[in-house]
Amino acid sequence: MSDKATLPRWIDIGLLPLINLIFAISISAAVVLIIGENPIEVAGILIYGALGYEEGIGYTLYYATNFLFTGLAVAVAFHAGLFNIGGEGQAYLGGLGAALVCLNFPNLHWAIIIPMAIIATAFFGALWAFIPAYLRAKRGSHEVITTIMFNLIAGSLMSYLLIYILSPEGTNQPLTDRFTPNSNIPKMHDMLSWFGIEFESSPLNMSFFLALLCAFGMWVLIWRTRFGYAVRTQGFSPSAATYAGISSAKVIIITMCISGALAGMLAVNESVAVAERLIIEFAGGFGFVGIAVALMGRNHPVGIVLASILFGILYQGGADLAFEIPTISKEMIVLIQGLIILFMGALEYMFKPVMLNVYHTLASGQSDTSVGEAS
Amino acid sequence: MFELFIVVLDSTVRLSVPLLFACLAGLYSERSGVFDIGLEGKMLVSAFFAAVVSFESGSVWIGLGGGIIASIALSLVHGVAAITFRGNQIISGVAINFIAAGLTPLLGNYWYKRGGSTPALADEGRFLPIHLPFAEEMKDVPYIGNIYEELISGHNFLVYLGFAAVGFTYWLLFKTRFGLRLRAVGENPTAVDTAGISVIALRYRAVIICGILCGIAGAYLSIAQSSGFVVNMSSGRGFIALAALIFAKWKPVNALFACLLFGFLEAVAIPLQTYDLPLIGKMPVQFIQATPYILTVILLAGFIGKAIPPKAGGEPYVKER
Repeated sequence: MSDKATLPRWIDIGLLPLINLIFAISISAAVVLIIGENPIEVAGILIYGALGYEEGIGYTLYYATNFLFTGLAVAVAFHAGLFNIGGEGQAYLGGLGAALVCLNFPNLHWAIIIPMAIIATAFFGALWAFIPAYLRAKRGSHEVITTIMFNLIAGSLMSYLLIYILSPEGTNQPLTDRFTPNSNIPKMHDMLSWFGIEFESSPLNMSFFLALLCAFGMWVLIWRTRFGYAVRTQGFSPSAATYAGISSAKVIIITMCISGALAGMLAVNESVAVAERLIIEFAGGFGFVGIAVALMGRNHPVGIVLASILFGILYQGGADLAFEIPTISKEMIVLIQGLIILFMGALEYMFKPVMLNVYHTLASGQSDTSVGEAS
Repeated sequence: MFELFIVVLDSTVRLSVPLLFACLAGLYSERSGVFDIGLEGKMLVSAFFAAVVSFESGSVWIGLGGGIIASIALSLVHGVAAITFRGNQIISGVAINFIAAGLTPLLGNYWYKRGGSTPALADEGRFLPIHLPFAEEMKDVPYIGNIYEELISGHNFLVYLGFAAVGFTYWLLFKTRFGLRLRAVGENPTAVDTAGISVIALRYRAVIICGILCGIAGAYLSIAQSSGFVVNMSSGRGFIALAALIFAKWKPVNALFACLLFGFLEAVAIPLQTYDLPLIGKMPVQFIQATPYILTVILLAGFIGKAIPPKAGGEPYVKER
C-alpha cells in the first residue's frame, strides 16, 4: 500500500468509525420515525434510562460487564486472525463450570469457592473453544463454521443437562438449585454501603472489576509479551509467522482457548453473581453482541471498555424505553445492534475512498494527490 | 409399522423443504465466493413479510412475492457490504441476522399489536395441499397407494417446487455457461476477470438468486407450513441449512439428501422421545437436535470425507494487485 491509500490515525480510528456510527444511528432514528415516534424523545428516554439515575447506571454497568467479557473474547481471537463467533456457546458452558463448583462444594469458604468458580467458568469456556481450535489448527476446519455449530450443540447439551440432570428433583423448570451463599459475589451497592456511601440496589457487582482486569490483562498479553507478538504476527501474516518459527497451531489453539475462557467468564457475572443459579439460555445474545463490541472497540481493550459501556447504555436504556413507549418493543435494541454491526463492521470501508479523496485534496499542495483507489 | 414409517417420511419431506430452499440459496452464494451466514435472517424477514403481504392482499402469490422481495433486499445489503465495499462477509451475515431478529417483531408489534405475530391467514392467503390425480382412488392399493396418497400427493406447491429446484440448480450450475462462470468465480476470480467477465456482476447475480431462494424458504414457514408469522419463526433453520450445505459439500443433489436427512432427524426427534429404543433406552430430543451439527463438525474435521469450501469463498475480490 502506498502513502496515498493511508489516512492519519485520528481519521482511521476516530473519524471513520464515528461517521459509520452516525449512519447506524440515523437509520435507527429513521425506523423510529416510521413507527411514528419522535427519535429525539426516544433518545432522551434511552439515555435517561441508562444514565439518569443510580439504579439505571448500575444496570448499564452490569450489562457492560457481560459485553466486556464477550467483546474481549472476540478481540483476542481477531488478533490471531481468528473469528470466534462461538462466544455464545462458550459462555453457556462457562455457566456449567460455575454450577458444578457452586453446587458440589457448598461448604467451602468464599475465598476458596469464588476463585474456583471463576476458574471453572474460564476452564469450561476454554474447553468448548478448544475443539474448534484444535480442528482449525490440525485439520484446517474453518473456525467460523465449527464455532457456529458448537453454539448450537451447546444449546442442545445444556438444555438436556438442565432439564434431566441439573434441575432439582420435583421441578420441571430448566434451572438449577440456588448456588451456595458462600459463592455470592458482593454487589456494588453493598460494597459502597461498607464505606457509608448510599447507592440504589442493582445487579452491578465485583465481576465488573474482574472484567476490567481481564481488559488490562489482554493489553499486556497482546502488546507486552512474546506470545502476544506471535499472536499478532500470526494474525497479520500466517506465512510470516511460519517463517519466523512460530508454531501457528500452538498460537491458534492457545489464543482460541483464551478467547473461550474470556467468554466463559460471562457466567461469573450472570450465573454466580446475579442469578445465583444456572438458568436455561442465560447467555442469550451476549456472545454475538461481543462481535459488535470488539468491532466498535477496534479490538483494543480501551476501545472495548468504551464500546461495552455504550452497549450497556443501549441495553438498559432500551429496556426502559420498551417500558415507557409500548410501540417500541425491546427488539428495537437488537435492530440497533444489527445496524451497528453492519456499519461499523461489514461496511467499515464504505467511506474510506471518499475520505481518502477529501483528505488528500485538503492536505494537498503537492502534485501527487490523485487517489489510486477506484472502486 | 409401514404406515407409521410413511407418516414419518411425510413429515420429513415437509420439514426438509425450508431447509432445502435455504441450503440451495447458500449454495449459489457460496459457490460464487460469497459466504453467507445470514440465511437465517433472510428466512426470518421473508417469513414475516410473506405473512404480512399475504394477509393485507389476500393473495398467497403476492405474499410470496413480498417475502422474496424482502429477502432480496437483505441479500443486496450483504452484497453491497461483501462485494462492493469488500467488507467482512461473516460480520455482514451476523449483522443481517440481528437486523432481521430486531426488525420483524418491531414492525409486527407496531402493525398488529400481537406481540410481534401476524394475524392468522385465511385459506386463500396460504399454499394449500395439492391432491394429485387418483390419490383418493389409489388409497386402498397396498403399499403403493399408501406411498402415493400420503407421501407423494397432498403437499403444497412449494414442496414440489423445492424438489424441482434441486434439478434446476444442478442443470444451471453444471450444464450452462452461467453455471460454469459462477463456479469459476468462487474458485478463481482472477481467471474469470482475465477472461473479460465481470466478477462483481456474477457475484451480485448469485447473491440475488440466494435472496430469492431464501425468500421462498421463509415464505414456506409462514404461508405454507403455518398460517401466519410468529416471532423468531425460523428458529435456527438457517443454521441447519448452512450445516446441510457443508454436509453436502456444496453440491445440489447432495444438498437434497442432506436436507432430507436433517429433516428426518427433526421429524423423528419428538416421537422417539416416547419410545424405548433397544440398548439405548429413551433418546433425549436434544441429542437428536444436535446430531446435524455434530455430523457437520465431524465432516469438517475430515473424518468422514472432507468438506472443501469454494477456494475464493469469503475473500473480497480486488481487481488490481
